[in-house]
Amino acid sequence: MTDQLTGQAPGREVGRARTRKEDARLVTGQTTWTDNLTAPGLLHVAILRSPLAHARIERVDVRSALEREGVVGAFSGADLAEGLGSLPCAWQVTEDMVLPEHPALAVDEVRHVGDPVAVVVARDRYTAADALEDVLVDYEPLPPVLDLEAALADDAPLVHADKGTNRCYTWPLVSGDYAAARAAADVVVRRRHHQQRLIPNAMEPRASMAVPVPATGEYTLYSSTQIPHIVRVMMALTTGIPEQKLRVVAPDVGGGFGSKLQVYGEDAIALTLARRLGQPVKWTESRSESYQAQHHGRGQIQDVELAATRDGRLLGMKVDLLADMGAYLMIITPGTPLLGAFMYPGIYKMDAYDFHCTGVFTTRTPTDAYRGAGRPEATFAIERTMDELAAELGLDPLELRRRNWIRHEEFPFTTVAGLTYDSGDYAAATDRALALFGYDDLRAEQRARHENLDPVRLGIGISTYTEMCGLAPSRILGSLRYAAGGWEAAMIRMLPTGKVEVITGTSPHGQGHVTAWSQITADALGVPFEDVEVMHGDTRVAPQGMDTYGSRSLVIGGIAVHEAALKVVAKARKVAAHLLEASEDDLEFADGAFSVRGSPEARKTIQEVAFAVFAAHDLPEGMEPTLNAEHLLDPDNFSYPHGTHLCAVEVDTETGKVAIRSYVCVDDVGRVVNPMIVEGQVHGGVAQGIAQALYEEAVYDDAGNLVSGTMADYLVPAAPDLPDLVTDRTETPATSNPLGVKGVGEAGTIASTPAVVNAVMDALRPLGVRDIRMPCTPERVWRAVKEATAAASAAADAAGKEGPS
Amino acid sequence: MAQNPMRDDPTPPPALARTSAARIAVNVDGVAHLDEVEPRLLLVHYLRDRLGRTGTPIGCDTGNCGACTVDLDGMSVKSCQVLAVQADGRRVTTIQGLAGPDGAWHPLQRAFHEQHALQCGYCTPGMIMAARDLLKDNPDPTPEEVRDALEGNLCRCTGYQNIVRAVLAAAAELRREGAPEPRGKAAGAPRASGQEAPA
Ligand code: FES
Ligand code: FES
Repeated sequence: MTDQLTGQAPGREVGRARTRKEDARLVTGQTTWTDNLTAPGLLHVAILRSPLAHARIERVDVRSALEREGVVGAFSGADLAEGLGSLPCAWQVTEDMVLPEHPALAVDEVRHVGDPVAVVVARDRYTAADALEDVLVDYEPLPPVLDLEAALADDAPLVHADKGTNRCYTWPLVSGDYAAARAAADVVVRRRHHQQRLIPNAMEPRASMAVPVPATGEYTLYSSTQIPHIVRVMMALTTGIPEQKLRVVAPDVGGGFGSKLQVYGEDAIALTLARRLGQPVKWTESRSESYQAQHHGRGQIQDVELAATRDGRLLGMKVDLLADMGAYLMIITPGTPLLGAFMYPGIYKMDAYDFHCTGVFTTRTPTDAYRGAGRPEATFAIERTMDELAAELGLDPLELRRRNWIRHEEFPFTTVAGLTYDSGDYAAATDRALALFGYDDLRAEQRARHENLDPVRLGIGISTYTEMCGLAPSRILGSLRYAAGGWEAAMIRMLPTGKVEVITGTSPHGQGHVTAWSQITADALGVPFEDVEVMHGDTRVAPQGMDTYGSRSLVIGGIAVHEAALKVVAKARKVAAHLLEASEDDLEFADGAFSVRGSPEARKTIQEVAFAVFAAHDLPEGMEPTLNAEHLLDPDNFSYPHGTHLCAVEVDTETGKVAIRSYVCVDDVGRVVNPMIVEGQVHGGVAQGIAQALYEEAVYDDAGNLVSGTMADYLVPAAPDLPDLVTDRTETPATSNPLGVKGVGEAGTIASTPAVVNAVMDALRPLGVRDIRMPCTPERVWRAVKEATAAASAAADAAGKEGPS
Repeated sequence: MAQNPMRDDPTPPPALARTSAARIAVNVDGVAHLDEVEPRLLLVHYLRDRLGRTGTPIGCDTGNCGACTVDLDGMSVKSCQVLAVQADGRRVTTIQGLAGPDGAWHPLQRAFHEQHALQCGYCTPGMIMAARDLLKDNPDPTPEEVRDALEGNLCRCTGYQNIVRAVLAAAAELRREGAPEPRGKAAGAPRASGQEAPA
């Protein structure tokens, strides 16, 4: 059986639920997390951070720290400034974007709680931590800037006084005539949604170890990062260490979710200290430190307007976004909300779309990519507002979606935002989800509970999402003014014994690339899965790469592996033809062996060919003695996974507690390489989306202190807080790559948040509740119910007084 | 700013002199250690930095994440919440001491692998140690009991569903073996990676 779209035979490996090669070290504790590493003469670094949201630094005195036994060095920002450039932002989203200086160690001013002001280097970690208490810093407090709207007022205090404004940029995307659409509409629904700040919380805190070779000026930076290749380029630019002298290694990395898609000052500080001291140094952050010092996610106010006809046809959408940049622009801070700009129309057809995003500086930790990066916010806005429109029109929210979504036969479809979705089948995914969910029964139960005035209400939430991932075609990134490209590199080495090394530019930190790339390679080369070794995450081993984020690894990096393997086969075919004295065209390649058509005994396995090439005694004229091949892939389009998530919640109107009763997700991520890994990605993604809906928020007080500043205060859900999910898939192969695969890393997170909040609202709308801010904590739900019932009874009283008695 | 002139001093760091060092005798994963430690040294730092037993990671500084969970004389503890001196005269088992003497994995290690109960794997040592503690008390837990027992262990990758599945699978295997504590018993060969996952 071959696939109709790709003409590709399903492989022996692709599609199998292989258990992971990665696991053996991880379940036995034989890991190399960055903090596990050590080096002869290793020194430990501790960082002193600002306790204030905004202040001028009057004085930093490190002298008494130096007097402490075991302390080797102590430095203020001014001490380290020489030779250390501003930390990079790679995304100048508009020509006039305000780009402030961002020193790795603050020099004149601190702009958020956690902004680093001094470092201490000592022989052991306890001494380094102790010595922070010896550093004296005098601060002159400045006013915090926290409210996104107030920050834009003319007389607002400024985060960066030299810039004269807190407005970072305003970025438009306008398509069609929204004013005309609005004028023609029977119904206009307008809502404000708050995307609270989230803290990514990868379970491994960050660590950096820099090891110098003073005699040669070489440095190795071990860093808990998702992006060793980008870090290498950026550290070369920031520290002035020549790129060829700098090796960056991402050892085992314990999760990222975007938080380690960053060029952090601590890497630059570690390299600078290693250079100054001529000795290896290591910094490991504490969790509480990471809450202040790693970038946060989300942090937006969304004003959304949908214009529609009375019978529920969408005419247009308007979005005005205020995006909290935090204090500085990090690697893709300004671009993160814009990754969502193209996704607000979702899966729906409409005539006009008007989007504006304004980035605003505040005295909070910088924001940047967190799982989904811009697209969860966009999907939340459209899916939440679609439910509000359905309520306004008195339509079932599913029916409203059906009337507007792109139909299967309309693909490829160019949306109002200008993207061309290659494939999808929204009806198929929705039908499958409905069948698994028992939609009609739940609706009946919901009605019954409402009629019986049951204190525990039932609500059903729908999210029919799509997203753009597989970041990204370089030419599109260029047109969006991003500084780099979106290609990925793969190399395949055929070893003399017929075993295979795959070198990938992706940098996995939990995604299972070693297993999945082995499956892809085994199919393409016809070698056993066990014979493939995958290497990554070290710029000396895998010299080229764009790393792992944006659900890009499979659709770009995995396809690059596939293409490199095909190049190996093409070379091997030449050699096999030569050895078999046959023409290349007469050779068949199947199950790892070349055979001459019609005489199957004339046969060479790819392993035999590999050895013959190694020996090089008898190669085709002019052929180099290698089967190795490299492929750099720049994609033509994004990847557009989609799906339908259905959530049923029980809301206790007396306690405000929300309990997820059932959750069904049917995702369409095209063809699947490893269904077990895909299911795991969906589980984890949905968990993080539920967490935004119900549990998590980075809370700041009026002085700009991070109140949810430790893991005891920030509610990362534990096992009892999350439901069992029912997962299933439909499979509409992507047409944009030869394996028909789509990205899956972020889909669950993007889909789930609106499904949950829609369910909560669906339960409470009959009580008069109009909105609840995320996270929908028991207190917020309880208050919303109380206010709505109070308003309802006041209205009833008023009506009673006026009306005839 | 400057560098401390003491950094050229070849003598070992004088940290121990500052607070009186304590002598401890601890057995870690079957190996006896005699050491002098600062009284404030956390057990997890003793394991990682002094003994090089880095299989037990650190995920937080507030005792919330459970990544550092180890077994202390048969009790599951968060080793960031215990001082090394409190382990004096006691026996510590970490994830690195779970496999049998022939290297055979503990049923929980196998089940985590087979059920895809880990992604980045950072929480895994603590999860396995906490689950092992549960199964000692309750060899046949319900899914809810597993979830409740693991409440002190956070995982950011898996959403817990496969972790619960793995713990239930391991519980079933342990019951079949009739041994609540299979340590030292040949628990079957570790399943090679790349096997088809059980449906
Ligand atoms: S490191 Fe011990 S509980 Fe988090
Ligand atoms: S597997 Fe990554 S935190 Fe649990």
